[in-house]
Amino acid sequence: MTAKIAYAEVEVGTELPARTFPVNRATLVRYAGASGDFNPIHWNERFAKEVGLPDVIAHGMFTMASAIRVVTDWAGDPGAVVEYGVRFTKPVVVPDDDKGALVEVSAKVAAKLEDNTVRVDLTATSAGQKVLGMSRAVVRLA
Amino acid sequence: MALDQSFVGRSYPPTDPYEVGREKIREFAEAVGDANPAYSDPEAAKALGHPDVIAPPTFVFAITFKAAGLVIEDPQLGLDYSRVVHGDQRFAYTRPVRAGDRLTVTSTIEAVRSMAGNDILDVRGEVHDESGEHVVTAWTKLVARAAEGEA
Repeated sequence: MTAKIAYAEVEVGTELPARTFPVNRATLVRYAGASGDFNPIHWNERFAKEVGLPDVIAHGMFTMASAIRVVTDWAGDPGAVVEYGVRFTKPVVVPDDDKGALVEVSAKVAAKLEDNTVRVDLTATSAGQKVLGMSRAVVRLA
Repeated sequence: MALDQSFVGRSYPPTDPYEVGREKIREFAEAVGDANPAYSDPEAAKALGHPDVIAPPTFVFAITFKAAGLVIEDPQLGLDYSRVVHGDQRFAYTRPVRAGDRLTVTSTIEAVRSMAGNDILDVRGEVHDESGEHVVTAWTKLVARAAEGEA
């Protein structure tokens, strides 16, 4: 594994480049196919509303996959991720219009650990709501 | 309906091997819009020290969640899957999943709780490769929301 960021160069508080990820209905259909998660709450508005949701929502695992890109793009080698965990606090609601939703992700180094690893804490919001909580990754740097 | 507490600690037999294909990894990476060449270009992956293309960190969930289906659908457990939402998800990696892996999953029920009418289930999936080496462990928390009038 060959991360492009050196452990010695980061400090607690170092910010990773923030990213915004667009998600629309087509994104969700594509993710359903690739992941095998065909739960209709992710593509069928009628069904989503019947089970009490405001509209179709994104797969939590899609949001989780998007958020870690802030870390993997920074580290260079996605194989440098040692641990990754999130809590799904609020759904990402995806309206059926030409815009869809945006997931905004920021991250910073929260702790320097042993063996050249650092803990990165992530924040993910959509429409002003925090959609991931306790979102943390441990990544091994060069 | 309260879940059967006697399920805590129960393990299910390992799944049949899932063979990780390069094109499946590519399809998944494209679906999350991630153009990192380590997912699609074997030479780029090798330059990073991997023997073949690797999978994005959350790719393995499709495999562990399918394995967890054995638990979720166990009629003796009594989970109402139509009311299930994903609470937490965590992974700990020994190495990244890569093309050519033949992965088996062993699922264990770590905890069963009821809170405010919600049923909460924690499942751990241990993922091993063909030689028996550990690849990744996935922890999945599922919450079956209380039925109307039951909370």
